[in-house]
Amino acid sequence: MKKTAILAASALLTLAAPATAQNISNLRIMAPASPGGGWDQTSRTIQTVLQNQGIAKPVQVFNVPGAGGTIGLAQLYNSKGDSNLLMTMGLVMVGAIQTNSSKVDLSRVTPIARLTGEYEVIVVPTSSPYKTLSDLAAAWKANPSLPFAGGSAGGTDHMLVGLFAKAAGVDPRKMNYVPFSGGGETLAAVLGNQVTAAVAGYGEFEAQIKAGKLRALGISAPKAQPGIPVATMKSQGFNVDLANWRGIVAPPGLSSSEKGALVAAMDKLHASKEWKDTIKTRNWTDLYMSGSKFDVFLKLEATRTREILKDIGLVK
Amino acid sequence: MDAIQSLFAGFETALTPLNLLWALVGVTLGTLVGVLPGIGPALTVALLLPVTAKLPPVSAFIMFAGIYYGGMFGGSTTSILLNTPGESSSIITALEGNKMARRGRAAAALATAAIGSFVAGTIGTALLTFAAPAIADVAVQIPPSAKFALIMLAFVTISATFGGSPLRGLISLFLGLAIGLIGTDLQSGQARFTLGYPELLDGIDFVTVVIGLFAVGETLFVASRLRKDKASVIKLDGNARMNREDWRRSWKPWLRGTALGFPFGAIPAGGAEIPTFLSYTLEKKLSKHPEEFGKGAIEGVAGPEAANNASAAGVLVPLLTLGLPTSATAAILLAAFQQYGLQPGPLLFVTSPDLVWGLIASLYIGNVMLLALNLPLAPIWAKLLLIPRPFLYAGILVFSTVGVYSLNNSVFDLFLLAIFGLIGYGMRRFDFPVTPAIIGVILGPVSESQFRTAMQQSGGDMSVFVRQPLSAFILLIVLAALVVPQVLKSRAARQGAAS
Repeated sequence: MKKTAILAASALLTLAAPATAQNISNLRIMAPASPGGGWDQTSRTIQTVLQNQGIAKPVQVFNVPGAGGTIGLAQLYNSKGDSNLLMTMGLVMVGAIQTNSSKVDLSRVTPIARLTGEYEVIVVPTSSPYKTLSDLAAAWKANPSLPFAGGSAGGTDHMLVGLFAKAAGVDPRKMNYVPFSGGGETLAAVLGNQVTAAVAGYGEFEAQIKAGKLRALGISAPKAQPGIPVATMKSQGFNVDLANWRGIVAPPGLSSSEKGALVAAMDKLHASKEWKDTIKTRNWTDLYMSGSKFDVFLKLEATRTREILKDIGLVK
Repeated sequence: MDAIQSLFAGFETALTPLNLLWALVGVTLGTLVGVLPGIGPALTVALLLPVTAKLPPVSAFIMFAGIYYGGMFGGSTTSILLNTPGESSSIITALEGNKMARRGRAAAALATAAIGSFVAGTIGTALLTFAAPAIADVAVQIPPSAKFALIMLAFVTISATFGGSPLRGLISLFLGLAIGLIGTDLQSGQARFTLGYPELLDGIDFVTVVIGLFAVGETLFVASRLRKDKASVIKLDGNARMNREDWRRSWKPWLRGTALGFPFGAIPAGGAEIPTFLSYTLEKKLSKHPEEFGKGAIEGVAGPEAANNASAAGVLVPLLTLGLPTSATAAILLAAFQQYGLQPGPLLFVTSPDLVWGLIASLYIGNVMLLALNLPLAPIWAKLLLIPRPFLYAGILVFSTVGVYSLNNSVFDLFLLAIFGLIGYGMRRFDFPVTPAIIGVILGPVSESQFRTAMQQSGGDMSVFVRQPLSAFILLIVLAALVVPQVLKSRAARQGAAS
């Protein structure tokens, strides 16, 4: 054990200089969710590309599902100093830490990189009287109890509705958010005209938007997205910018060279053509950001999430 | 007809030797995971996802569909033989199926389950072929108030149907409802009854409850009695096949089960469980031999098995036409589509007709394969019962433990399994039916979320349940189911007193 640790450490030390980087051996990636979900798919995609590109070999993925990823987070925290372990995470975990009052938060782990993400979209049924986001906002202001559908309480969809409420001048505590456990049920509720509007990642509604069964009123991206014919919320006067991002963190207690090696590995992953092609096929948006930029982003995102959840009334 | 032409083109895709091979791999794997407790089709497909990334999409989906249908076929086997259902949809099958097996009619029970699954699967697939878009459009219109009413109907019929007395049935049901409350409340995000354990925040997986109450409970119970009744080795009926009488009593339940199962599969949050419960109750009501129920009535196997397979076909309707997953396996299949950059929905039939019609054609083929695989296997599976019980139940315990551990890779779940095993033993020992508890665990959270969604949509107005016509109609049936038997009973008592 000790021998491999020393070997790994020396390998990582050389990795710190990106130009002469060598590959990492025996990397393990934890997906803090069940097989098949978003974090699991992200982890396995990273695994494939890291191995094919020779950035790390072998790479193993394992699942530690539960409680919005916070069970996996606690396990990661307990693997202090393990520089061959990564965990996939994202905005949902930032929220779950707050709503579950998790004992471990993200300030206790080592941020590595933000990889991909998806923007959220607000839709109404095609038969709805609301043609634009302003129509919807005006009606909502007059009647704050209009039902909005989305994923589970405190998740990205709920946060977006909260942000939209604030931007539209509706009290987020008064809004009527109807949470559904899966994306499918949200879609069913809005297709069946059972709610006024619904919120989810663009991919979940894409087919119905293109088929003309749903009307997309706005997307939560900072600027227009290529291939997505939906106006941004910002361009319509609602200052909302929210991405359901996914990233990678490592256990606490890593030396700066160990951290640097992992960051360099992710930089190489992101630079590869295979990665770019894969995320294109899967319709993931490239939101790459690594090193100290991601450190700062993670802190800001934790503060912002806490504020939104407070406004909604889920966190005291 | 467009659909027929497309279907023929689909058969051309599905009948290539390579795709036939993938279908065979799929149905065989599916049957296996169906037989093993805990490991279901959803987990299997999820774990195969990264492996299949290199396969052409059509082949991968043909295999996945085989696993899905195969799991539905295989789930009944352990239910019937060992009273340890492998999937939630085959819980009801255990009720009569295991009693049949104990009377030496295991092979007939397995056969009616297999043929019923085939009939239902084929009819369901035909409905999927010709009416999918129309059905999907209707299914999403069903409001939460009506879904809530449907679950109430299931609760009422269940408490009346199971166990020696309705009171014991109700106690068991409420135990299940209480277990179902554990975890994070979906609407408010607050933790309920988690006792500070983060492992309980997502609630208790019903698979753990099912395996604990059934498999572990049964094992403990058998072990506790092993010395007392040594003689009760099950004799196998020499003439194991279904006889003429069995056929006569099975075909109508198959069709009725199909009629119940398919629409439920297509409804978001419908699932395979409610139609199996309703089918069982219906068959008990309609049977000419109601006295046989609880002792091994073949109708009680035929109906629910058909219902769960028809619902499997129904689930594919909203998945393919709307991109709407209505079951755990469907959600994983959706992830599989996304892996190939495909988005199921109204446009899928236009953008990838090869894939869709190849998949649908493979469902017909998979059904035939499953029948060919399962029917000859029935007498062989039945021989499992000849294994001496200490070995057999030791094996069940091993598979149950592995199955539950594989859900979350969590030791915590194994403690839960042991606790539920003890509860299951106690319930058997004191003659409480286990099934209502499981139904409570599965349907309790669904009914709560449907109720609260309905209330949120109506702005807190309770009258939504009677104003919505479908919901009002179903609640009327619920009321009738509660009141009519009491009225009949008291009238019979009065007549008895008068004469």
